Amino acid sequence: MTMPMYVSPEQLMKDRADFARKGIARGRSVIVASYATGIAFVAENPSRTLHKVSELYDRIGFAGAGKYNEFENLRVAGIRYADLRGYSYDRSDVTARGLANAYTQTLGTIFTQESKPYEVEIAVAQVGSTQDTDQIYRLTYDGSVTEERGFVAMGGTSEPIATALQQQWSADLPLAAVLRLAVSLLEGPEGEGHRDLTAADLEVAVLDRRRPRRTFRRLGGPLLDALLDEASATEDVPTEDDSRPGLHDTLTEPTPSETERSEAPTGHPHSNPQTQRED
Amino acid sequence: MTVGHGRGLPPEFLAPRSSSFSEFLALRAPELLPGALGRAGGEGTLEAPHGTTIVAVTFAGGVLLAGDRRATMGTFIANRDMEKVFAADDYSAVGIAGSAGTAIEIVKLFQVELEHYEKIEGTLLSLEGKANRLAAMIRGNLANALRGLTVLPVFTGYDPDDGTGRIFSYDMTGGCYEEQRHHSVGSGSLFARGALKKLWHEGMDEERALSVAVEALYDAADDDSATGGPDLGRSIWPTCAVVTESGVRFVDDGRLEELARQIVEARRGNPGGAR
Repeated sequence: MTMPMYVSPEQLMKDRADFARKGIARGRSVIVASYATGIAFVAENPSRTLHKVSELYDRIGFAGAGKYNEFENLRVAGIRYADLRGYSYDRSDVTARGLANAYTQTLGTIFTQESKPYEVEIAVAQVGSTQDTDQIYRLTYDGSVTEERGFVAMGGTSEPIATALQQQWSADLPLAAVLRLAVSLLEGPEGEGHRDLTAADLEVAVLDRRRPRRTFRRLGGPLLDALLDEASATEDVPTEDDSRPGLHDTLTEPTPSETERSEAPTGHPHSNPQTQRED
Repeated sequence: MTVGHGRGLPPEFLAPRSSSFSEFLALRAPELLPGALGRAGGEGTLEAPHGTTIVAVTFAGGVLLAGDRRATMGTFIANRDMEKVFAADDYSAVGIAGSAGTAIEIVKLFQVELEHYEKIEGTLLSLEGKANRLAAMIRGNLANALRGLTVLPVFTGYDPDDGTGRIFSYDMTGGCYEEQRHHSVGSGSLFARGALKKLWHEGMDEERALSVAVEALYDAADDDSATGGPDLGRSIWPTCAVVTESGVRFVDDGRLEELARQIVEARRGNPGGAR
């Protein structure tokens, strides 16, 4: 009879962690950072449809780094969790803390019990009514969770980015400054390995604390160009959606045109239809 | 609620499956589905509050959905100011007649269903797709309907493909029918439909459509005891949602009060509104 070779638990966990870390380091980085009027998500992602950043709930956003199919799976699970919770209690009862707890347990279980750990790092951010009440959670492949103050950098070569953010980020920065800082850090230091990133290589979204109900908006088009342009006076996103009809998940107009628009903000304030109209 | 505690998200959350929240709910927490109580069995019919009259009126560039505010239980007025017209998402509205409790649950699930799809897929469902999802939910309520808890919605939405407002009606087995021009459901609908036939004109603007809808509800309340008319003493006016290219908007109470007072005044000495 052959005996399986003995592997110490320490070695087993270390091997799994090394495997996951290598997978994550192959991807590009994602930055989540709080700014004066919201929380910004900046990812290097040339794809326009396969997202790294997404809406989970009214005031909660998600960012993933590493293997797409794995963090996409977690994203969908998070939306299901949030919608189920909001449906059975109320919309105001869905919190990033609850989501982070569910994710940490899930990732921890997968890390120890599945044949291969997830090669992902994710962030769950909830925008508060003030910057002090913003919550940003970072979760790694083994299920460890940390609540970060102000910003998170994940995936790829995130350590130098986190160090630079520590020095250069401050709470009162306007959105445009935070975006320019994030893009310059994603581009890497001058010299070898430096890449020039344009709006087309980036996936940028915000949770805007000034908005009621659903606060998540992607940024694109002339608005994103203006925010990234140092010469432009555009410092923040408008609180009104684009005037074009259709899905209102992306803001592209720096100053929305003066057309007639819906007075009702997108989304419902409560789960119970009887209490949704505010008179 | 049955979200797992201590062991993370149960496998249903992580399984690759459709983008439908109601299908997920049926798998994960079927007791939360609308009408779960009907499927639990039991005999006989139940008496529960019923909502009454809803009217839908198309106009140039959109559609308008209005409902009275009364819920009745037999001859008893269960609620004077309930809402029966709701925004389903940015571009559609749903109005309900029938068993109030089940109807509200269905609307609540329908709203989450549309938003859930939008978040997972990153795109809006087509108007027909939304109408069909609602049909599936009404079909799911059949066991309740047989016990007297029927829900009959009217679904209206703006169709960006042809730039018009469209109206869909349902039967209790989940049949979904597109209606032309105008429609009404509920106990007062016979009278409201009569009024709509006489008052509706091709190419009306939003303002005109609003006064037609309010007048049709007035006629319904005139002849149907379960439909509430404008309540001048308590300042209760119909609920009215307008769906156009710029989204769903609820008409303010101030405007509805003005219209209701005009109709009451015009009917003084002319109770049938002959013109």
